[in-house]
This record gives sequence, C-alpha cells and structure tokens, in this order.
Amino acid sequence: MEEKPQNGGSFCLGGLVAGVREVHESGRTKEMEWRQAQIRGLIRMLTEEEDAVFDALHEDLGKHRVESFRDEVGNLVKSFRNTLQNLKKWADTPLISFPCNAMVVPEPIGVVLIFSCWNLPLGLALEPLSGALAAGNAVVLKPSELAPSTAAFLAANLPKYLDAKAVKIVQGGPEVGEGLMEHRWDKVLFTGNARVGRIIMTKAAKHLTPVALELGSKCPCIVDRINSKWECQVAVNRIVGAKWSTCAGQACIAIDYILVEEQFAPILIELLVSTLERFFTKPEYMARILNEKHFDRLANLLADHRVASSIVHGGGANRKTLTIEPTILLDPPLDSDIMTEEIFGPLLPIITVKKTEDCLAFLKPKPKPLAIYAFTKDEKLKQRIIAETSSGCVTFNDAIVQYGLDTVPFGGIGASGFGQYHGKYTFELFSHRKAVIKRSLWVEFMFRYPPWDEYRMRMLRRAFRFDYVSLVLGLLGLRQHDFKF
Amino acid sequence: MAARGGVGVEADVAALRAQFAAGRTRGAEWRAAQLRGLLRMAAEAEAEVCRALHADLAKPYTESYVHEIALVKSSCRFALKNLKKWMKPQKVSASLMTFPSTAMVTAEPLGVVLVISAWNYPFSIAAGNAVVLKPSEVAPATSSLLAELLPQYVDSTCIKVVEGGVAETTALLEQKWDKIFYTGNGKIGRIVMASAAKHLTPVVLELGGKCPVVVDSNVDLHVTAKRIAAGKWGCNNGQACISPDFIITTKSFAPKLLEALGKVLEKFYGDEPLRSSDLSRIVNSNHFNRLKKLMDDENVSDKIVFGGQRDEHQLKIAPTIFMDVPLDSGIMKEEIFGPLLPIITVDKIHESFALINSMTKPLAAYLFTKDSKLQEQYEAGISAGGMLVNDTVVHLTNQYLPFGGVGESGIGAYHGSFSFEAFSHKKAVLVRGFAGEAAARYPPYSTAKLKILRGVLKGNLGSMIQAILGFPRGK
Repeated sequence: MEEKPQNGGSFCLGGLVAGVREVHESGRTKEMEWRQAQIRGLIRMLTEEEDAVFDALHEDLGKHRVESFRDEVGNLVKSFRNTLQNLKKWADTPLISFPCNAMVVPEPIGVVLIFSCWNLPLGLALEPLSGALAAGNAVVLKPSELAPSTAAFLAANLPKYLDAKAVKIVQGGPEVGEGLMEHRWDKVLFTGNARVGRIIMTKAAKHLTPVALELGSKCPCIVDRINSKWECQVAVNRIVGAKWSTCAGQACIAIDYILVEEQFAPILIELLVSTLERFFTKPEYMARILNEKHFDRLANLLADHRVASSIVHGGGANRKTLTIEPTILLDPPLDSDIMTEEIFGPLLPIITVKKTEDCLAFLKPKPKPLAIYAFTKDEKLKQRIIAETSSGCVTFNDAIVQYGLDTVPFGGIGASGFGQYHGKYTFELFSHRKAVIKRSLWVEFMFRYPPWDEYRMRMLRRAFRFDYVSLVLGLLGLRQHDFKF
Repeated sequence: MAARGGVGVEADVAALRAQFAAGRTRGAEWRAAQLRGLLRMAAEAEAEVCRALHADLAKPYTESYVHEIALVKSSCRFALKNLKKWMKPQKVSASLMTFPSTAMVTAEPLGVVLVISAWNYPFSIAAGNAVVLKPSEVAPATSSLLAELLPQYVDSTCIKVVEGGVAETTALLEQKWDKIFYTGNGKIGRIVMASAAKHLTPVVLELGGKCPVVVDSNVDLHVTAKRIAAGKWGCNNGQACISPDFIITTKSFAPKLLEALGKVLEKFYGDEPLRSSDLSRIVNSNHFNRLKKLMDDENVSDKIVFGGQRDEHQLKIAPTIFMDVPLDSGIMKEEIFGPLLPIITVDKIHESFALINSMTKPLAAYLFTKDSKLQEQYEAGISAGGMLVNDTVVHLTNQYLPFGGVGESGIGAYHGSFSFEAFSHKKAVLVRGFAGEAAARYPPYSTAKLKILRGVLKGNLGSMIQAILGFPRGK
C-alpha cells in the first residue's frame, strides 16, 4: 500500500506518531529478520536508485557524482554492510556473572526521531536511520527542507524499500520540526546548529526525551613543518580535499582554518594554490553554495575590509551561480567574524604562530570542536595534542576520513554536541541496555534480613568484603571475631 | 561550606574550571588518591554517617551500612581496581580504506561536573573530572556531615560540596557544566534538563517510577515474602527509587501471599512496628502528609488488610498492605515512595503484563517465579531500567551491570564501568601516515576514479591496491 509522504499539520503529526508507536509496540520491529530486511532494503535502494540519488544531490548542492559516491552513497553502503555483518553480535546478550546469571539485554529504545542536515542530506539521514532500525526501533525521519530534491527522493523511495508503517518521512520546515518535538519520543538525534539544538533539547525536556546533538564547530588544522617535499604534497592534497572537495567546505568536519608556523606559511600557500589548480580544472568539481542566504553570509565574512585585505588567493564570487572561488586568507584578525564563527564554506584562513607548539595555547580557550586535525611527524607533539586538547576526535595526517571509519565513535563534546554514533555506536545510541538478573530461590542468607543485630552486621561486612571464607565460617558458627576494616 | 547564592556559586565553578584546565584532575595518581581518601572517609566516619542518617531518617544502623557505606566503599574499590584499565586507550581496527593507519578510542574527562543527590560521585572523580556535589537538602544532617567531612579527605580545590535548597540548586543550574547528574523525581528532572539545554549540557537523570512485583504461584512462598519485605521496608521503609511499589498476583494466590508477608513482617519488626528501631521513619512532614493522604483516600482506606498504624509525632508509618485498590486511585497513579504496598489481583498471571505496560516504564521490574517460560516472557515483554527475577533491589550492588532508567524513569546509566563512561568523553584518535596516497579521492573526477572508489568502499582488494598505488596516474 503506498503511503503518501506526510507534511506539517499538528493533527496529522499526532496520528502519525501514534501509528508508529503502535507498530513498535506490536513487537514487529524487534524481530531480527525484520531488522536485517530493512538494512538490505536500504542497500538495494542505494544500488538500484543510484542515478536518481546523484541527480538529487547535484540539484540540491551541485555535487559531482564522484564526490556524492565517495562521501554519501558509497560510504553508506559500506556502513550498511558492516551493520548487517555485525548485527547479531551487537544484539547478543553477554553473560556478566555466573552463577548469579546477570546479563545486559540490549532492547530497542522505542520510537526514534531523526533530524538530518542539508549538507550531507543522504548520509546524515540514512546513517542514523540504519542504526536505529538495526537496534529494532520504529523511526520518523525529518530530512532538511533546504535540500528538497534529496528529501523528495527519500520520501518517495524509503516507503518502497522499507517497512512503510514503521519508517515514516515527514517533510517541511522549522514549524514542522517544532510540531514534531511537541510529542514524546524515546530518542531524538539532531544534526544541525547550536541555536536549533537548544530549542530541540528544551522541548525534549518536557517529555524527558533523551537527545543526541551533532552540532557545528570550527575544526582547526595544525600544519607542522614537513621536510619531505613529497610528504608535504600529500598533506596539501589531503587539506585541499578536506576543505574544498567536501561540499565546498560546507561540512561540520571540514577543515575550518589552518594553524602553521609563520616561516612555513608561504610554502604552504604556494602548494595549496598549485594543488587547487591541478584539482579543480573544471568548476563542476566543486559543489556550489547551498542558497542565497548562505552565499550572503559568506560574502559578508569577506566584506570586513581587514579580512578582505588578508586574501592571498581567490575571493571571486558569483551570486547567480551561487559559487565562491576557493579562497585563502593569511592572518585575518582573530576577532573578525570569519575567525569567530563556523565558516561552513570555501574560505580558508591561515593563522600563523611563532612555533607549532603555540597552537596548543591558541586552542585551549576555544570552544571544543568536532575534530582537530594535525599534519605532523613529531610524536611528542601528537601526544601533547591528544592530552592537552579536547575535541570530538583527533585525526593525524589526514582529515574527514574518520567519518568513514566504522570502528570509532563520531560525535562532539561541549559546544560541538553530545551523543556518538557510527558502527556499533549507532546501535548503542538507539538501544536501552536493560540489566537482567535471575536469582534462585533456594540459596538464602538469613543475615540479609531484620531484626538487625551484631551477628548480621558482621556477616554483611564479610559479604561486602567478598571475604567468603570468613563468611562461610561465620555461617557455620566457627569464626566470631573480625578485624574491622 | 555554607550554602551560598548566585555569585558565590559562579566563582566556585570558575575556580574549578581553572583547576581542571590546569590539568590537576587528569593524572591517575590524583584520581587514585581521591578514591583512597573517600574509602578512608567511609571507614573512619562510618559511625558519624550512620548517626546522621539516623537523625534524618531514623535509619537503622545496619541499613545505613549496607546501602550507603558499603556501596560507596565497594564503588571506590572497584574504581581503584579498574582505573588503569579504564584510562587506557582502546585500540580498534582501522579499515583498509584508511590503510595504513591506526585507530583508538581514548577516555577523556568531561571537565566540571555537577552531581545532585547521588552517592556514586566516586566515579565522576575516577573519570578525572572536577566535581560539585549538591546533597539532598531533605536529609540535612547527612548533607552537612558530607560538607564537613569531604574536604578533609579529598582535594577540595577540585571537589566541592554545595549545600542548600531550591534557591541554591537553581543558582547551580544556571552555571555552565560539562555534565549534570541528577537523582530524584521526574518533575525536577525536567527542570534540570531544560536548564542544561541552555548550555547544551548532557545529562544523566536517575528518576523514579512504580516498580512492579509480579508474584506467580510457582514460588517458594516464604523466601519470596522475605525478599519482597526486605526490598520494600528494609530500604528506607519504601523510600527508595527501586523499592517494590506494588504487587500483582492471581486472585487465588493473593491470600497465601498476604499471610506470608504478614508473618515475615511480624518477624522483622515485631507486633508493634512503630516501636521497632529497625524501621526508618518518613523523611519529613511533607512526605508524611502525602502518604497519609494516599492512605486516607475513601476508595483506598477500606482496602487495608495489614498494618495502617501511624504516628505523626515520630513521622512513622507502619508497613501497610492494601488489597485491590482502584487502579485510578492516587496510590496507583503516583510513585508511592513509602511503606504502603498495594496488591492488585488478576485472574491469570499473564494479565499483569498489560497492566504494567499501561504505565510508564519503571526503574526496576521484579518477578517471582520458578517457571522459566514466564521469566522469558517477562524479560521480552516488559521494558524497565533493570529486571530482577526472584529477588528485589540487590541488582544495585552488581558493579558489572548498568543501572539506570528508561522513559520516565530516566536517561543514561551508571555503576562500575558505566559510571566511568558516563563521566568520560570517548575521543576517537586516528593516526595516518603519508603513505597510501589515493589519487582517486581527489578531483579532477573521472569515471576511472569512480570505479576505483567503488571497489575501495566495497572492500575489494584489487581496487584498493590500485588506489594505494596511485591509480589513475597522471592526475
């Protein structure tokens, strides 16, 4: 039966949420076969509809299909396969202690709401969706209305490939999001900016709905002096890839700005420029800016004359085509907007320091980012960065690739959010770990119960010290006295 | 430390933040020293703590020892034993896609943490955080004892106690924390979470609920009655989040269960329970009046089948059992948190599932039966923070199991390593080298590159080798 995609309207939402809850309570989503079928459905959808996906992402963001495959489709299919392979293991109940028979049983948390963001409109929707389904939940997905082609794709295709009664897509703008948050959910995952994150969490508090927030940040990239020419080039390849080849810098884990020793900065800039020329031979190889609002925001960052005068490469912008050239700036003022707000665009400030170690002091007072990148071979520096900075993650000698690694948790800390997912962490995020103990009725210790006396007290002390020998002796009436601990 | 208003609290938090930023709380030695200090405090001040608990709650000494002292001690010992292991970075496999590389997950302290009314603060220290503890003002003697003792045993520049009531708690909640840990009720839990939302602070909420006890007829009746009684009245006289709240059993079994409970209660507390020193009193007159109201409800007061005695002067209520109160009465709608035990009867024991599922998810769900099929069905059919079969409450002491609620009974879990996790940030660290450079990742894009990427993301070894060897060349 074809389900029409739902749009706005509080009355419709109430019915939708109740319907999904009913499906979950029927127990259907808990079955292992059901979960596996959903994941397989997702894989089939991305394989069979790949061209439609590429078209949608190109319409929404001007993404080249290779970028779309690398960052969204390909990465997702890999992740789904990993989930399918490990699902049984994750859902297994490990025995904790014998013979008491204590276990932790992962249970679906219930009915989950996922808000995704416009810059990776497929990935940020389907990655958490797959994990929520793997954990046995019913899901409502609210894709970002700012990537309408992708949202429409999801609304049209998810019901065909998945259980349409247990997985619903709700389209619309912020009012729809707010309307959804009036209801109680068993978990909400939100990817977006901090302002909306606060609203989501405040509304969630009314129902004690647990939330996970994946927010933005300024991800710094420390570039140490690298002596080998070839290694230097590799580093620059990776920096250019992480800044401009990923949705034109509109990504929460894109490199926001660089920190480098002032002596090394000219070499770095030269290499960046030559690499940009080699990579971006055609304009279609870089995604465009999302819309006029973001274009104006970015143009304003450059409007500050102190910032404009620090541009060393690029700076050209075309509002009609919503494109901004890859732009490099050298030491814009630290109090300018471009250095205090998350850039989320193709502008790369380079901030110079006297020695690389000074980066640590620079980063300390800053809000904690989603990622800290560092290109260095200095082992001591690596250890200091790990120990003396705080961020969602740290990646050395590359950038963004941690997003595709299923074995590490992905998420922020402090201003960049809380709650982690990817791989088994998504499964855990959307599960409730229920502790279950089974005791037998025939092993009984009298000293557990009142009326209280010195004997019982003594036995309890021994029990809590795990002093089983004294305990047994005491029970047999053979040891009267204790050394008091 | 005396209770202080807004400005004092702000200065305290700033001072703690400075200490944390200076790295004072991060080393294993510091953390172990604090845990050892807490152990010493629990051992040396045991008598004083028990006296304070007695002053606040008329808590029997043994109960205080078991539930408070021993638990803190065993938590500290467990944390000390496992500290190095928990602090060690966990190596994880890095995929072939990022070859060559190594990946690991390290546990980082969150920063400055606020712990409201929970006794498991040792773990927040074990995780390397600076901590502000706000003990419950409802137990004032215990609160001021903690405020007096703690600075003598731990590093008071990084671990502080702030006492006070609503005003002080509100002032604390206005500050920015790296995590807030709250134990209490759902109403305040909502306020805590809404305050936390302003600063995007993650929270752990350990709340309450009505913990049901389903009693099958296929049981050892005497042991069952004892364990229910110990869990209900032997824990602060029912004033505990995991106390059995009400019983569901079959109509045919109820009289036998009631008789057994009566016998056990007489054995525990004698025939004048209000005079027994083994029974805690109600914490204050607010709660005494709340419970009195539940008991005196006209649809409920005639259902008392055991007990019912109370002494307003002493703030004591005797163990009281009710038979089949209306499901819409106050005593069945709110968490009782006291010594009143309703027994609800059903025709068949499986009907208990629907009743439990019609309520909000509790912190703990209990079942007494020898029937393994019923056990399985209960486990699969009921959602709760935790479940215990054939006993009550004791799952609290197992350091290997996560303890926490779900739905209305709370967010997040703790105990043992779960506490350490709750107070840490799992930071992913990926280390790559400069080898293994794959031109296929970068523009200018081509069909050939797409082909290689397809292979790489599929885990196809041939494509991966091509990618590593830098195909396609010349771009």
